[in-house]
Amino acid sequence: MAAHAASELWQLSAAEASRLLADREISSVELTDACLERIAAVDDRISAYITVTADLARQQATDADRRIAAGDASPLTGVPMQIKDLLCTNGIATTCASRMLAEYIPVYDATAVARLREHGAVLLGKGNMDEFGMGSSTENSAFFPTRNPWDTGRVPGGSSGGSAAAVSAGAAPFALGTDTGGSIRQPASFCGVTGLKPTYGRVSRYGLVAYASSLDQVGPIARDAADCALILQSIAGHDSRDATSLPDAVPDYSAALTGDISGLRLGVPSEYFAEGMDAGVRAAVTAAIDQLAALGAEIREVSLPTTQYALACYYIIAPSECSANLARYDGVKYGYSHQGDGDMWEAMERTRQHGFGPEVKRRIMLGAFALSSGYYDAYYHKAQQVRTLIRQDFAHVFEEVDALAAPVSPVVAFPIGERTDDPVRMYLVDVYTLPVNMAGLPAMSVPCGFSNGLPVGLQLIGPHLSEDRLLNIAHTYQQATEWHRERPGI
Amino acid sequence: MEYETVIGLEVHVQLRTQSKMFCSCRADYQSAPVNSRVCPVCLGLPGALPVINRRAVEYTVMTGLALNCDIPRLTKFDRKNYPYPDLMKGYQISQYDLPLAIDGRLQIETEAETKAVGVTRVHLEEDVAKLQHFPADSGGYSLVDVNRSGVPLMEIVSEPDMRSAEEARAYLTTLHSLLQYLGVSTANMQDGSFRCDANISLRPAGSEEFGNRTEIKNMNSFRSVFQALNFEIERQRRVLEGGGRVVQETRGWIEGRAVTVSQRSKEDAHDYRYFPEPDLPPLDIDPVWVEEIRGRLPELATQRCARFQQDYGLSEYDARLLTDSKAMADYFETAVCLQALSGDALNSHAKQVSNWMLGDLSGLLNQDNRDISESPVSPESLVELIGLVGDGIISVTMGKTVLEEAYNTGGKPRRIVEERGYTQISDTSAVEPAVFEALEANPRAVADYLGGKESAAKFLVGQVMKITRGQAKPDLVNQLVTAALDRAKAGVD
Repeated sequence: MAAHAASELWQLSAAEASRLLADREISSVELTDACLERIAAVDDRISAYITVTADLARQQATDADRRIAAGDASPLTGVPMQIKDLLCTNGIATTCASRMLAEYIPVYDATAVARLREHGAVLLGKGNMDEFGMGSSTENSAFFPTRNPWDTGRVPGGSSGGSAAAVSAGAAPFALGTDTGGSIRQPASFCGVTGLKPTYGRVSRYGLVAYASSLDQVGPIARDAADCALILQSIAGHDSRDATSLPDAVPDYSAALTGDISGLRLGVPSEYFAEGMDAGVRAAVTAAIDQLAALGAEIREVSLPTTQYALACYYIIAPSECSANLARYDGVKYGYSHQGDGDMWEAMERTRQHGFGPEVKRRIMLGAFALSSGYYDAYYHKAQQVRTLIRQDFAHVFEEVDALAAPVSPVVAFPIGERTDDPVRMYLVDVYTLPVNMAGLPAMSVPCGFSNGLPVGLQLIGPHLSEDRLLNIAHTYQQATEWHRERPGI
Repeated sequence: MEYETVIGLEVHVQLRTQSKMFCSCRADYQSAPVNSRVCPVCLGLPGALPVINRRAVEYTVMTGLALNCDIPRLTKFDRKNYPYPDLMKGYQISQYDLPLAIDGRLQIETEAETKAVGVTRVHLEEDVAKLQHFPADSGGYSLVDVNRSGVPLMEIVSEPDMRSAEEARAYLTTLHSLLQYLGVSTANMQDGSFRCDANISLRPAGSEEFGNRTEIKNMNSFRSVFQALNFEIERQRRVLEGGGRVVQETRGWIEGRAVTVSQRSKEDAHDYRYFPEPDLPPLDIDPVWVEEIRGRLPELATQRCARFQQDYGLSEYDARLLTDSKAMADYFETAVCLQALSGDALNSHAKQVSNWMLGDLSGLLNQDNRDISESPVSPESLVELIGLVGDGIISVTMGKTVLEEAYNTGGKPRRIVEERGYTQISDTSAVEPAVFEALEANPRAVADYLGGKESAAKFLVGQVMKITRGQAKPDLVNQLVTAALDRAKAGVD
């Protein structure tokens, strides 16, 4: 990529932009303006943004240029980004794509956001998503669906659909998304970009509006593994405000990108190649695994027998935790508040009736039921026990292999409206991503081809705290392939 | 039909930590402006997360140990889910099935006997916000003050081992004193740092099964608890004797009318849907840490009481009064140990301190409704006063006056004596003129004495004391008056 004409600035990856900014070949103001223009050009067709913070972005870009000139910059200084609207941004609307918080403005930054702010990244705006993180297509946004830049009649995936679509369409060099059951990886794969869900606890959840506390994680969505490494470097690490954040030291992720995976033992779990998978997906993923073998990996067939239970397990644990996490939205303190006749209890009920969308209500009810007296043991407790088995399954497999390769999803981006009538059919899209969250492991989605013109993602899964290894595998693959450089025609 | 009363008590205690249970907001909210001790965490704002206050855990372990509980290795927090405007997150972080302390007991004493009341568990949770209600004629609304939300709350649950309102009261006062001794709470029923709910039922005497119980709330003093329980015993007895069944329900004590009233509310029907708090990893309580805490347990009231008798030769009665509150006991011991005395001298000094504390000083404090910790007279001042009397510089009577002045002005006794010239006059030549004056001014009394009325001498002594403004040494006055009267008698004879 040679030329730096203004119209192509929005095509720069974060790492490329970082180099050019550091070399003073471009300014953050120019780059930010280019991104804002790109947003203006495409967002009416993809609706990746809920809020665009143009003035703030320009202000931050100016500050960034000053820092760079003063020699006081870090790699992400001056690089524009989008933040999924599930993460609190101080003074900037954080809606969680819900009517309940349509006018809510947080008084503090999420830790991950604050760290990026400290590094001087520039905020372009907040990304559209499925309401409160619940969904696999971004069709559950209370405001509007996001459209896949590769085919605007199709979903971008979810719940971080707005973030993946923005990066895919060049409407942001990178984004911060969140992943509870696949919400970074699946939209990344549907949109042909690279995404990483870290080990549970690797990145602070403080300021991440909670959906399922034991599963939620914040992670990067970007153009390639090198970018993800830069972003993860800036946000990872212990946070005293999050009791579940890990104290382990953060390695140098960029230094881990050696480009060498010779001798890597790569497991291919048979359960992840089940019947009914899209043939094009199967072909692309298989080819990717072959490519990794050619690059020096030793491929082994492995088995994860508990895979079939992960879906049921997830759809008990996540809704249970969500039913408690969303209890605070009652119209008393902040957010949407139904005013009308009736007493306080009625007002609270109406607030929740009108403030929440159908999928959110569905999960709250599922969760309340699964936790209720008489059912707790059979559902919630049992699901947690199964979860332990899933974890043990992975631990067992990782004694024989260093990482796993599998599809992200059995399907590619489907048409908008195709699965909205059948919740379970929608849930099935995440069968291969859910188990990873249950086990708290890190995983990535890496573009590896197309099926009928739509992107396919390769999923890489690693043991606890192996982000550096996964990034290197992805990076090595991306040095040898061009899938991640493909751009939609939009 | 003889009925036996069965009572169990649940006490909620606010812990005296610097910060709240799950955030670093200051926990001392009582005199703070409304909604000033708040942050995203205790406000339950979207995205906020709890972090455990270690000191609160320590205080709870300490309390558990003082109550002879076991401290299990594994403990965790759970979410207790129910909606209410004073519960910011829509759930309270509490402990359900793995509390910090279990299986303890508290020794109590009533008129009738000494017995051990079982303590089922001690656990930790967060307090809720405060609601202020304005009735319909004032606008019909309620306000929320979030200052209290998140303050650490320790819950102590007793076994249903109490059999009377007396026993319940004894349990509460003993527990109250214990908590103050430990220093884990201000444990004040008036300001809400010590709250009590009771569960009470009756059953036929000799029966092993429990009858239906009612839960009694809204008792705001030890006296209320006593009265409410007695009322409830009577109420339940009447129901049962009338052939009815006691309804299992929550009842509120109405102080003004001295009755309990049914409060069948939505809360009764609650399924709290407890599940382990996913934001807080379970705690592995290190037994070494527990033993270290046990080693730091302050001496408790009963032990101190025994020690005061042993080390200072105090009577059981005095020792009991002095150890009733930690503040009293601390004051006493500070005063006693100011000088390095031992043996009889120590015991004698201790007795003096005890007398002055339990007598005049308590009198002054009680008049003002003050606690010893608010005494303007410090232990040092008291000892100074005792020394002045002991050395004969002032009389005991004068000492009482000096104490009162020291109490009112905060001044030091020695300074007061000097400034006011209260020094006891023990010089004969200084007292003689007063004796002469008294006899001169009261010829009737002299005549009465000479006529055989012995008590007239006492009157004359009193007059000399009056003339010398109480400063003459009483023994000397007696001596001189007697001598003067004898001379008068001789003169007459």
